[in-house]
Amino acid sequence: MARHVVAPVGEIPAGGCKLVSIGNRAIVVFNVNGEFFALNNRCPHKGGSLAHGRLTGLLESHEPGEYRYSRQGEIIRCPWHSWEFDIRTGRSWCDPQRLRARQYPVSVEPGAKLVEGPYQAETFPVTVENDYVVIEA
Amino acid sequence: MTTNGLHSIDCDVHPTVPDIKALFPYLDEVWRESIETRGILSLESASYPPNAPITARPEWRGANGQAATSAADIGRHVFDRFKSSLAILNCLYGVQLVTNEDMAVAFTRALNAWIAKEWLDRDARLRASIVVPMQNVEAAVAEIEHWADDRRFVQILVLAMQEVPLGRRQFWPIYAAAERHKLPLGIHAGSSYRHPVTALGWPSYYVEDYAAQAQGFQSQVASLISEGVFAKFPALKVVLMESGVTWLPGFLWRFSKYWRGLRTEVPWVDRPPEEIVREHFRLTLQPFDAPAQPDVVERAVAHLRSEDMLLYSSDFPHWQFDGDDPVPAGIPAGLRRKILVENPIATYDRLKSERPEEAAP
Amino acid sequence: MNMELKQPLRSPKTKLAIVDCDIHPRAMLEDLRPYLSNRLWDYLQTYGLRPRHGHVKGYPFPKPTPLASRRDSWPPTGGPPASDLDFTRQQHLDFYGIETGILNPLQPSGQGDQNPEVSAALAFAINEWQVADWVRREPRFKASVVVPFEDASASVAEIRRRAGNRDFAHVLLLSRTSEALGRRRYWPIYEAAVEAGLPVGIHVFGYSGWAMTGTGWPSFYLEEGVENATTTQQLIASMIMEGVFERYRDLKVVLIETGFAWLPALGWRLDKHWQRMRDEVPHVKRPPSEYLREHFWVSTQPMEETDKPDELIDVMEWIGFDRLVFASDYPHWDFDDPFLSLPPSLSDARRRAIYADNARALYRLA
Repeated sequence: MARHVVAPVGEIPAGGCKLVSIGNRAIVVFNVNGEFFALNNRCPHKGGSLAHGRLTGLLESHEPGEYRYSRQGEIIRCPWHSWEFDIRTGRSWCDPQRLRARQYPVSVEPGAKLVEGPYQAETFPVTVENDYVVIEA
Repeated sequence: MTTNGLHSIDCDVHPTVPDIKALFPYLDEVWRESIETRGILSLESASYPPNAPITARPEWRGANGQAATSAADIGRHVFDRFKSSLAILNCLYGVQLVTNEDMAVAFTRALNAWIAKEWLDRDARLRASIVVPMQNVEAAVAEIEHWADDRRFVQILVLAMQEVPLGRRQFWPIYAAAERHKLPLGIHAGSSYRHPVTALGWPSYYVEDYAAQAQGFQSQVASLISEGVFAKFPALKVVLMESGVTWLPGFLWRFSKYWRGLRTEVPWVDRPPEEIVREHFRLTLQPFDAPAQPDVVERAVAHLRSEDMLLYSSDFPHWQFDGDDPVPAGIPAGLRRKILVENPIATYDRLKSERPEEAAP
Repeated sequence: MNMELKQPLRSPKTKLAIVDCDIHPRAMLEDLRPYLSNRLWDYLQTYGLRPRHGHVKGYPFPKPTPLASRRDSWPPTGGPPASDLDFTRQQHLDFYGIETGILNPLQPSGQGDQNPEVSAALAFAINEWQVADWVRREPRFKASVVVPFEDASASVAEIRRRAGNRDFAHVLLLSRTSEALGRRRYWPIYEAAVEAGLPVGIHVFGYSGWAMTGTGWPSFYLEEGVENATTTQQLIASMIMEGVFERYRDLKVVLIETGFAWLPALGWRLDKHWQRMRDEVPHVKRPPSEYLREHFWVSTQPMEETDKPDELIDVMEWIGFDRLVFASDYPHWDFDDPFLSLPPSLSDARRRAIYADNARALYRLA
């Protein structure tokens, strides 16, 4: 596993996402209210591109006719068959034990730290002034 | 019947109402008067035209063409010939056809009373389903409450096709009552014909009508699960009677697949439909839609992925098989025992206190 | 999206010829204008399309995504999914290496409209449009002969108009017709199809005017999704029991977007009850499952899913590997990806049959 700098934090606004390529893997990075999460872009069901999916909240119910909506923006629905994945854990909502979108650890690192380290910059030079999203993959 | 010395519990047997006048002792005068004044001849249902081959095996018909018109008939065939220990009566006289709610309620009460008196009272090996007047939900609950203390009634009975899908919330007081009394919801092939039996109108032939019953069951399973009946009534069991059985696995694969993507439409469905069905649904054995090839039967049964689901039935007097053994070749021996006795006992709470009686010599 | 991601090219190892039996090109009503009379155009502007349901826009049982389409299938240049030929080529035909794609246009086709004149006019128009805007510009496509099926003689006229034109692969019907498709009123359509040497494709949906099930109206799209297979079982029973295949020995029927795992059990059930009640239908001279085996093909989408793939293989064996034809249903949400949808344990020979050989034979493709 290596660490990859994929974007300055400003490039992924809250509620947005960025699709990046690390080696031959497509990885989608989400900003959920300032927290960053990275998932393998390929839906584990049939390969849809999660970056093209729709961000929603979590809909739960304890009883027919009851609708409890929470965690707006933390669920990504595959653009194909609409499977729901929890961005925080990668787990699918319909089959949490067996099916999940592969997750990658994400951190935000200050440029000053990255400038010196052996990190693989993706698409742009790292400068000391900014913070960067770093993925371990 | 090669039962290997095992007794069996026949979960689908049909008493025939010989004539509408058989219900007279159990009807108030206003309804007897109505029947005679208006010339209401019969409530036999087009789901089983009386002389159609499937309605009765020829050798079981009496001189007037009817079969299973008395408890003695059941005794001769189901108990003596097929060697069952107990039998559950599902009366299909078409009280569900009646559009006048009051008349429907009266006829249904009379029907259940006739079953109790003319059948259950005559043979201690008989059990029955409470026919429920779905035309009026309050009356249906009252009907269940009326018979619930008679433990010879082991189930409530509705038809596979009626005016509104069974999962709908308007029917939930009925399921509450059934769950409370530990009575499974028995859904039997047949229609009240508020709609044609297909989504494509009225079929030309009776054979299509009967074949379409399997699709009626599919619609009801989809409705009961999607509407969240099992979220609301976690102890409710459902028995699908005379459904054909082998349609179930393919149906579940499709239903579960769609649920995985469409979960948010029915967020109270918290696990795959396949799991809900395996937990809550049981199916009576006959008819078992499969070719007479044991290897195919074995594979089809394996696709059900549950040894608990099948309940032995002869469907007497319906003509679903020839000979004396309703159990198709290809059902593994261990599963056979479960189908004959254990699964019915596990399904019908009110049978649990029974010990299977020895067949009469 | 901040960064363009190049679509990975297909690996040569997985090169497989694919015939896709179900692609849904979408016309805007304006696209059909050149093929409609002024009077019809004005009528449509005033009264609109009137299928047998109450929604002016949309339909009962809303789908999970807008226009029932994959969220990534909206063309970047604008317009709804599958309205742009170039984007469809790029995202679907080129990406998967599809050799032939059969077009089954669903909107706005006018099929099942309450006004028979609208149905007839739109059928003509959408057939003209398919050829002009799709097939002539992209040789990998074949069109459907959309017909106003509730009017048999108008349908026959439309089929005859297109007969002999190799741009067309099959006649297109919907599954939910106002009577079951075995009924005699539809027989002239089968006669004309056979005469023209065309299979009849029956695609799910439509609005029959009856409740969606034999027990009334469901509440949820989830139920409708399941019901599409259920209704198909009914129309098959009708076609067989009415004797369509005794009358039209050369008729071929392709079931599209029905799934297929329900098919063996249907054949078994029909056989059993035909056996018992043959005297009702003496014109049905052979077991129903034989007609099923000889006259029906079924597309693979939406592929049923089970975590024990052997079960699906059992079903495919019972149906016959020569009867299955691959379909993607592009651009709809329940799309089957050509690379990922078939059970991995299938042999190469069976894979080739399902992906291409069966369809090539059925549609007599070069």
